[in-house]
Amino acid sequence: MVVVGSGPGGLQLSYSLGRAGVPHAVISADPSPGGMFRKWPFFQRLLSWTKPYAPEARGTRYYERYDWNSLIGEEDRLRALQPGLMDGSSYFPARAEMEQNLATFAREGGVAVRYGCRWTGTRRDGDAFVLETSDGEYRCRVPVFAFGISQPWKPDIPGMDAVPHYADTRAPETYAGKRILIIGKEVSAFELANGFLPWAKQIVLASPRPVALSVVTRSLVGVRARYVQPYEDHVLGGGVVLVNASIDGVDRTPSGFRVRTSRSDGGGALIFEVDDVIATTGFTPPLGDLPELGVPVAGRERIPSQTAMFESIGVPNLYFAGTATRGAPGLKKHGLPSSSGAVHGHRYNARILARHIAQKYFGVDPARPVLKADEVLSYVLREVTRAPELWHQKSYLSRTILIDPVRGIIDDGILPLQLFVDSGGTDGVAAAVEANPAGELYPAIYVRRNNVVTEHLLPSNPLLDFETAEHRKQLADALKPLGL
Amino acid sequence: MATARSDLTETLAGIALFADVGAAELQSIAHIVEERRYAEGERIIRQGISGSAFYIILEGEAAIRVSGKDYGTLGRGEFFGEISALLGEPPIADIVALHILRCAIVAGPDLEGFMLAHPTVLYRMLKAEARKLQKATSWRT
Repeated sequence: MVVVGSGPGGLQLSYSLGRAGVPHAVISADPSPGGMFRKWPFFQRLLSWTKPYAPEARGTRYYERYDWNSLIGEEDRLRALQPGLMDGSSYFPARAEMEQNLATFAREGGVAVRYGCRWTGTRRDGDAFVLETSDGEYRCRVPVFAFGISQPWKPDIPGMDAVPHYADTRAPETYAGKRILIIGKEVSAFELANGFLPWAKQIVLASPRPVALSVVTRSLVGVRARYVQPYEDHVLGGGVVLVNASIDGVDRTPSGFRVRTSRSDGGGALIFEVDDVIATTGFTPPLGDLPELGVPVAGRERIPSQTAMFESIGVPNLYFAGTATRGAPGLKKHGLPSSSGAVHGHRYNARILARHIAQKYFGVDPARPVLKADEVLSYVLREVTRAPELWHQKSYLSRTILIDPVRGIIDDGILPLQLFVDSGGTDGVAAAVEANPAGELYPAIYVRRNNVVTEHLLPSNPLLDFETAEHRKQLADALKPLGL
Repeated sequence: MATARSDLTETLAGIALFADVGAAELQSIAHIVEERRYAEGERIIRQGISGSAFYIILEGEAAIRVSGKDYGTLGRGEFFGEISALLGEPPIADIVALHILRCAIVAGPDLEGFMLAHPTVLYRMLKAEARKLQKATSWRT
């Protein structure tokens, strides 16, 4: 099999495949590991935190809940690499610290990558895939694309060709004293606006959709708290302008740009004369010829649509890893997305995919320990209280326990919740952590009996401690039909 | 630099629910809704499982399934999930993709705001609901 990409998704997958004993090649067009973190964020500090000091001991599995940036190694020397590389000035690692974290994992974890090898085309040859590259052809039964959502994308609006993308942003001091219009109101728009506050004369953010703030949506949807300052400037009348308008066109003028807009909240046309325009209109996966191969995509970002196990819904045996696994949205309860667009989410997806590939294509069965009946309640409650996979991938990953007629009670590991809920099979239970629109966080227990799944939402707790007597009682009631 | 245009706005323009919506408003709706494709056989909403959303079928067909038994199909332009989302209760049926299915989605918590912001869409929804109600009660006359 072949993995395309050497960002965090490709590195985690390759490492986990290696641990499972699956032979594979990794190719990457880049000269070194790190993917998009080799270049971005533009203002050089991440949005994902790592707490060097946390309620759980550094290096343990439970500590991963507080460290969003390290990849997941099984050897002690590979665990919790990120906090050891930070200088204490922020709990958001600097971009260079993240790059070092990933490079260290690749080196110490023995992840072998053919760098400078660009994937250029894909074709079928019987049951096999042939990946054409700048360094010859790779033939495989299973390709996995971990190419990130890394290709700058701009909408097809008149005059947009002349507008620089986020990826082309110049050094901030070159915007000193300028009027800047940023097309977009998502995280990257606010990252730039925040960085331009000490430089720009005026900043306008324009896009059809009103701004959403993560602290209001209570999720990773919207502008993250770190970049909210331009919003505060706006609401206090400090000079930053937010406009809900569709962009009709951009014209060059002798001194800069004229941006023609129509307000989407019914206010009519608005024209802006500015010195600079930047399109923070996002990125798209570098799909190459995959759509022609039959890979369906969805949304403005054209992310490949995937099954719960990260396989293309149109091309069997073709998989995705890394941020592209956003194309497997799962149950998305109450509209809350997975964290698969960030390292702390997709690192677990990659580990699950490695297990699946090892099992399905290479006959390597995962370790599935047997549990004693009287351990189950305590084990499930400990997992929903402390398991990093469940906290980082809410309503998305679950601890799955099956009642095997031969072996007894089996810990089937961390798996996509959707698989358990939507697939028939052995009786069992899947435990997840969930959130509702009111912002409550609580355990959700799914019991499968005779191929019918029932949902049991347990209460929240102010200290997020779900190992209470009340939780134990309600879980016991939920599991009673299984004889547990 | 990719400048491929998303065709979602154009697709929405061809759906009856959005027939009375102007161009700028439609573009705004295209930014608000999520677009998703489902695999053949995949469940979109699940009987008895909370937290679902409002779905409009853009391409494909889906089965209405209750406790394993099919009660009809839904096709392009039809919508589902609104009753569950409005009442805040789990759906009473599964909706299952019969082949690859493309939907536009409004998350449950956003549905009220969506309907109030786009009254012409709300009016079209109400007409469709009225037709469903008329069909369901036609035995009385």
